[in-house]
Amino acid sequence: MPDEINLDSLPNEMGALDLPAALPVIIDELPLGIVAMDCERRVVLLNRSMEALTGFDRKESRAIACRHIIRGDFCMEKCPVLSMSHGSGMMCVEGNIINRERQKIPVRVTFIPIRDSHDRLIGYFETFEDIRTLGALAGKTSESYTFGQLVGRSLQMEQLYRFLPMIAQSDSSVLLTGETGTGKDLVAEAIHQESSRAKGPFIKVNCGALPATLLESELFGHQKGAFTGAVENKPGRFRLAHNGTLFLAEIGDLPLLLQVKLLTFLDDRVVHPLGSTKGLPCNVRVIAATHRNLEQMVREGTFREDLLFRLNVVRMQVPTLRERRDDIQLLLDHFLRNFVAKFKKPIKGFSANALHILLVYDYPGNVRELKNIVEYASNVCQENQILAEHLPVYLTHPIPPEQSTLQAPVWMATPPTLPEENRDDTNRADMERKFLIDAILKTREEKKEDLEWPAVERKMILDAVVKAQGRRNRAATVLGWSRSKLYRKMLQYGIET
Amino acid sequence: MATKVLICLYGNEVSPRFDLTREVLIAVIDKNTAVQKEREVVLPHASVEMLCNLILTEEIQVVICGGIEEEYYQYLKWKNVKVLDSVIGDCKTVLQRIAQGRLNSGDILVE
Repeated sequence: MPDEINLDSLPNEMGALDLPAALPVIIDELPLGIVAMDCERRVVLLNRSMEALTGFDRKESRAIACRHIIRGDFCMEKCPVLSMSHGSGMMCVEGNIINRERQKIPVRVTFIPIRDSHDRLIGYFETFEDIRTLGALAGKTSESYTFGQLVGRSLQMEQLYRFLPMIAQSDSSVLLTGETGTGKDLVAEAIHQESSRAKGPFIKVNCGALPATLLESELFGHQKGAFTGAVENKPGRFRLAHNGTLFLAEIGDLPLLLQVKLLTFLDDRVVHPLGSTKGLPCNVRVIAATHRNLEQMVREGTFREDLLFRLNVVRMQVPTLRERRDDIQLLLDHFLRNFVAKFKKPIKGFSANALHILLVYDYPGNVRELKNIVEYASNVCQENQILAEHLPVYLTHPIPPEQSTLQAPVWMATPPTLPEENRDDTNRADMERKFLIDAILKTREEKKEDLEWPAVERKMILDAVVKAQGRRNRAATVLGWSRSKLYRKMLQYGIET
Repeated sequence: MATKVLICLYGNEVSPRFDLTREVLIAVIDKNTAVQKEREVVLPHASVEMLCNLILTEEIQVVICGGIEEEYYQYLKWKNVKVLDSVIGDCKTVLQRIAQGRLNSGDILVE
């Protein structure tokens, strides 16, 4: 009620926080808990949501030190407000509070300093978000094999999902490595979203996308008049990412000069804009990613060893799609669902033939390549099922290795290094893939117009049986099938040995 | 009969959180409502189990604190320890009020 809060009657020594009379009415309608405090951190105002959250009413809490009303774990350890430096903007932390009903409630708190027109600190606003429901939702999403925008249920991804929240909760620098297209940027974003900085900005910079001079100004900002064309102050990405996360993609492409500057920032957390005489403190978590071998770059002298050590606090290797083949089907379905909704097409799924080709392909471009294949096929397909002919031509008519610009041709991609006990399975899978594709190509050479799967499968069986010199057990092994499946298929196609 | 009281401290105030308390004041109040003896105990780190254990081994009868979780409140109640929670105020005032038998849960003793 507005008449219950007479802001004019607040004693002078409470600070000069003079809130507009309409403010209590406005903030009462907001679904977030809000506390206004003077610069001595005494409560001036609670909104209705905050009363519900804490159990204290606004009258009794007025002029009481906020720690006694909020009762957060962050109040007891080190009040975040005290660590806010002059000129710093809002700050976001996660923690818990204990309310009057003796419930411990996880909350996400945003601290916003309030300054008057003379830039004097006159108080603080704190917003409280009850994140109990978010916790429940996180549980549900993990059951559906996703984490942020990451999709996968393979062992490697499960390990990643277990590891990510732990990394997110720490504030250490993270180095993400992995082949191109594995989803390093999604991992970085997931870390940010899970961290206490989630309410802060997530700024992404591709270090390889700009020349060194522009990149320096882009990252660290510049002062007006620092160089020709610098007509106004520019804050730079580090300043923009204040209280949030800065994601440096392709850190391996960062010029040596800027590597020194980044190293300086990681050491003292102060940004020195171009042309500025003073440094600006900046609270930023750095996540860097690269597909390059940084150790080798250090040996070659193109990457600073000390920067590598600085970034290498938490290192995560994002698995390639070849290492998590179990996820291919899941990813195919996931992207197909997305593109079908986007393009408004009546596609229901993949034909057996198309699916087989997609499942045995090696994806040197990883998830990005798989996504592009599905997008292409969804665009080309005019029927209700994606057929082999809707797939990109390099899948169905592989380019010979010498002409291929891809990293590794389909059936010659280097198999991932696996422990000894898995190697037999891998060899068998490779053999199976090679055999299947050979069979497809042979069939095409002999009868190019016949693209029907039954014919291809029949030919495959015949080839396998010939190779196995009529021994069905061996033929089944070559095909990667069980004996009973081979018998059933032979019966279906009328093959007799 | 004397009453043994434990106040969770945060500086010279009642600690806002029972579970994160690192310092306590143990006082004995005699039947003449005088504080007989006081002593402060500093815990090596904030641990709710350690604090509950201290309360039981010291045979505390009344605990005064700010916020406490229902689980620990019920546990102490079950152990016949009276808990006066959500108390706001400085230690001296709180001690006077408890000695006079005029302290209740939720009391705000700030001028």
